[in-house]
Amino acid sequence: MNIAALVQRDLRLAYRRRGELATPVIFFIIVTALFPLAVGSEPALLRRLAPGVIWVAALLASLIGQDSLFKSDYEDGSLEQTLLSPAPLEGLVLLRVFTHWLVTGLPLVILAVLLALMLGYPTGAMGVLVLGLLLGTPVLSFLGAIGASLTVGLRRSGMLLPILVLPLTVPVLIFGAAAGERAALGEPAAAPVYFLAAMLVLAVTLAPFAIAGGLRISLES
Amino acid sequence: MSSWHEFLTMGGYGAYVWPSYAIVLVVMVINAVLPGRRQHALLKQLRRRVPNDRERQ
Amino acid sequence: MFVWFHKLASPPYFYRLAERIAPWFGWLSLIVMLAGLYGGLWLAPPDYQQGDGFRIMYVHVPSAWMSLFIYVVMAVAAAIGLIWRMKLAHAVSAAAAPLGASFTFLALATGSLWGKPMWGTYWVWDARLTSELVLLFLYLGYLALNHAFEDQRTGDRASAILALVGIVNVPIIHYSVKWWNTLHQGPTVFFGARADIPPSMYIPLFIMIIGFMLYFAAFILKRLQVEVLQRERHTAWVRELVERS
Repeated sequence: MNIAALVQRDLRLAYRRRGELATPVIFFIIVTALFPLAVGSEPALLRRLAPGVIWVAALLASLIGQDSLFKSDYEDGSLEQTLLSPAPLEGLVLLRVFTHWLVTGLPLVILAVLLALMLGYPTGAMGVLVLGLLLGTPVLSFLGAIGASLTVGLRRSGMLLPILVLPLTVPVLIFGAAAGERAALGEPAAAPVYFLAAMLVLAVTLAPFAIAGGLRISLES
Repeated sequence: MSSWHEFLTMGGYGAYVWPSYAIVLVVMVINAVLPGRRQHALLKQLRRRVPNDRERQ
Repeated sequence: MFVWFHKLASPPYFYRLAERIAPWFGWLSLIVMLAGLYGGLWLAPPDYQQGDGFRIMYVHVPSAWMSLFIYVVMAVAAAIGLIWRMKLAHAVSAAAAPLGASFTFLALATGSLWGKPMWGTYWVWDARLTSELVLLFLYLGYLALNHAFEDQRTGDRASAILALVGIVNVPIIHYSVKWWNTLHQGPTVFFGARADIPPSMYIPLFIMIIGFMLYFAAFILKRLQVEVLQRERHTAWVRELVERS
């Protein structure tokens, strides 16, 4: 099982459909821009809300990108091939989610820096916010992938996936926003960041089994 | 609890205690009655054994 | 014991068994709950802090307990269903979910009604109420997924995976919400932490919890009969049952 080849293949495929990859990013920008319009542009308020807004927007944007994770492979039948391949499905799924995070999650993290500045988030604390997002967005990708694996067989799974996955993302949202908020206040933000790291380890080890199970069930029917 | 009056007013908290018990009673009765009716309807439908819509296998 | 386990798994045997014992559980739960209510509403003295308002506890705490207990039952049934491929186990999860969602709703409703006299607002972002709210979303997610599939078998198995993922997340959600709550508001003591609750107050509570458990036993069996009928409607024993009834 040549990992590099697989990752390359997925990246090349993603590159070919890069238009589709823009949707989560654009969605992220729009949602973040909506908040000042809704709550007013008063700098102190925006600065306080900034980490929470960034995290909610990143959470929703990453969920938007998840639905397509297995859909295209399901439609052209290559998903069945991956299931039949001798390589452990859990490993293939882990790779797929990682590459999907590279093309959807990572851009969100990079963009979050700009949007945080736009909301007046103190630049000194930017490092912790980005670290939190780097640890948190992969967990969101894994959770989204679990939802995607369960709904891949359904025609209109777009609306169902967020309903299944959002309750599971509550801990990531809590610790991510808390890390950002504490860093902005200059308080030590180690605790929430460690929680995020712990959740990432949990997600990396357990989620692939749930995703593989979900795929086997969806493709059995 | 000494008197009926105190029982009904719940020491001034009646406006919160009784609605809580009412909601619980209503939801529990619904959950008690619903399965029986569904079972009855399902049996009736099976008796007719008319496969009306595309049934779930 | 294992033979019994497999005998129980055969739907026709289970259907007849449920038909016989469900009513017993039903009436028993009614009696137990009435006793609990009598103890809780009439005998128990008013609380020196909350007066008679605390009596909402006798429906709030059992509901909250049942909402979590039923989710665990669903997850265990989901695991059994996936591991041993037992259709009946999936039917248990599917039958338990609406009951669990109802108890979660009741816990939220009674919790907010209890919160109003204590803190002046209907909704308090208290750690327990908030994680109860997230639990409600988990139930709704399960129900949505279970009913989203044409083929009931796939729907069962897919929602079983979701129930297992959910049960792993329940403690994580609970502790992260608790951590979040102490961060923003500090622990609002609902009623739990105090150890000086007289027996005349907490004995009716146990009775009510037992009553709720019996209620659950009675009506999970009842719902299970419907789920089994739904799933087995093309089989011979159901046809025979329909002719007989």
